[in-house]
Amino acid sequence: MLVLDLALKSLRNRAFSTSLTVGSIALSVALLIGVENVRTGMRESFSNTISQTDLIVGVKGGTIQLLLYSVFGMGSPTSNLSWDTYREWAEHPAIEWTIPYALGDSHRGYRVIGTNEDFYRHYRYRGGQEIALAEGRAGSEVFDVTLGADVASELGYGLGDEVEVTHGIGEVGFLNHDHLPFEVVGILEKTFTPVDRAVYVTLEGIEAIHFGWEDGAPPMDDHEHTHEEVLAMEEIEITQVTSFFVGTNSRRDVLRLQREINDYEGEPMMAVIPGLALNEMWQGIGYAETGLRLVTIFVVLVGLLGMLVSLYTSLNERRREMAILRAVGAGPKSIVALLVLESVCLAAAGAICGLGLVYVLLSAGQPIVEAQVGLFIPIRPPGSVEWVFLAAVVTAGFVMGFVPALKAYRAALHDGLAVRV
Amino acid sequence: MSLAIDIQRLRFRYGGGPWVLDIPQLTLERGERAFLFGPSGSGKTTLLGVLAGVLKPDEGDVNVLGRNLASLSGARRDAFRAEHIGYVFQMFNLIPYLSVLDNITLPVRMNAKRRARLDGAGVKATAALLADHLQIGDLLKKPVTELSVGQQQRVAACRALIGSPEIIVADEPTSSLDFDRREAFLELLFAECERAGATLVFVSHDRTLEGMFSSTVALPDINRATY
Repeated sequence: MLVLDLALKSLRNRAFSTSLTVGSIALSVALLIGVENVRTGMRESFSNTISQTDLIVGVKGGTIQLLLYSVFGMGSPTSNLSWDTYREWAEHPAIEWTIPYALGDSHRGYRVIGTNEDFYRHYRYRGGQEIALAEGRAGSEVFDVTLGADVASELGYGLGDEVEVTHGIGEVGFLNHDHLPFEVVGILEKTFTPVDRAVYVTLEGIEAIHFGWEDGAPPMDDHEHTHEEVLAMEEIEITQVTSFFVGTNSRRDVLRLQREINDYEGEPMMAVIPGLALNEMWQGIGYAETGLRLVTIFVVLVGLLGMLVSLYTSLNERRREMAILRAVGAGPKSIVALLVLESVCLAAAGAICGLGLVYVLLSAGQPIVEAQVGLFIPIRPPGSVEWVFLAAVVTAGFVMGFVPALKAYRAALHDGLAVRV
Repeated sequence: MSLAIDIQRLRFRYGGGPWVLDIPQLTLERGERAFLFGPSGSGKTTLLGVLAGVLKPDEGDVNVLGRNLASLSGARRDAFRAEHIGYVFQMFNLIPYLSVLDNITLPVRMNAKRRARLDGAGVKATAALLADHLQIGDLLKKPVTELSVGQQQRVAACRALIGSPEIIVADEPTSSLDFDRREAFLELLFAECERAGATLVFVSHDRTLEGMFSSTVALPDINRATY
């Protein structure tokens, strides 16, 4: 206890250099744990976005790309599937339900998704939770729009407000479907998934705003349909969807159904199993994660080396102190213990401050990350990985402490009770 | 009177260097106040290091209070020093990040046997009593960095005396004090040594102090090592 008391008082006596050292270790530890937290949070957030969906079907292309634009609202679809093809598969005997998605438009940076009542009925997230409405009802009429929770809160929309859709899914659009505004009829409960950041309209609504856009360009002014003209139509023919989610009658049919869809000759299309596609994505970015983790580990080592330098350079001016300690009976081993304890205290203080800093930064950054990237990083108590990291930092501090300690040990043996050059 | 220190055929050198100490014999009685002098480089501090058990002799016997330090392991010498020896340095005597009280109580916190000698009195109470004797009782909570040199030397003396060690080793403790403070400090040190029955080995090259001691040892006369 005496040695610990001496170590703490000695560190307090060098408050400035101690706080700098602790600060540098804390920053590096915060980076290490923060990256780990964001990594696991990101995986959790991705995994929670979709549940109980057996297949996602879209045009042939990259599996990860299909997953990203259909589920996570990232990236752009390259092409659409015909409505007839969709209907053909929706009636497949192995398929219990489907959710069609028509993508390609946005509202003030938020993606507009054309879908139908099956979305509200069958979409599941985070272990089977259903989509729920916080206000109003699910959109069912042509110009009905249901907003994700974040869209409503960030844009300040309420029921009855008008929403104009922009062609394209960029932050800024130049081609607006402003002649056919939608009306907010419902606002969804918050899900902490990309659902919160999407605008849901009907498939008919998507078709309606694209009347005259068959060649990809906006129609001339005199060819545009008015609101009243659209509402007066008996039926709006849906021509295409971007992708659709599939729930099968039996899990045993999933692989067979996937193969059937992939081999379909009527139209180039593919089906992905969400879990497998996610795994493929994690494997793809696994190298980057490993690289990032290595970098953060090196940053921690640099922080600890800073501590080592600080302790090592202070030794010369502390030789008299060591001589006094020896005079009152401290053995060279006590001198080693003092230096190692100081090192451990610095590393432990840095680790604890770093952990605290992570939670402060996560609390402050969580809404920003959610707003900018659409990822909800959950704030959880430290898990086993974090504790292992913290223990590793303290252990590294303990091991590194032996470098100045052994120098002090040799100096103590050499100096005796006098400081000898 | 029994011997406090009995050195026989002591030889010591640092590493493979020349002999620093080559002392055929040196004895001091218990309770003696010995004045040890010699010019710079004559091995005074090295001899104190050997007497305190910090340095191990290469040859010969160094019996302190009947224990031959030459035959003890490093850890046992450290424990022996902590229990039986009080040490006062020339200057920079104190641990700068400890208070006056913490500096004084360091030896008894370091060694349980020395702490056990406090006769039931608490560590703080004993330190306070000693500090009162040396007229620094009101400074116990102060950081030592705020003390004058004279006050620091008295704190160092308290630290050496706490727990009643049998031997007090003082390495030129008065060299940084002016004449008046030097005399006052020595009188206090003698009084405390007498009260505790301690043997004092006082090193200095200032021979004007010689008369205040019960015996004198001229190191150049007994140390046959030459530089």
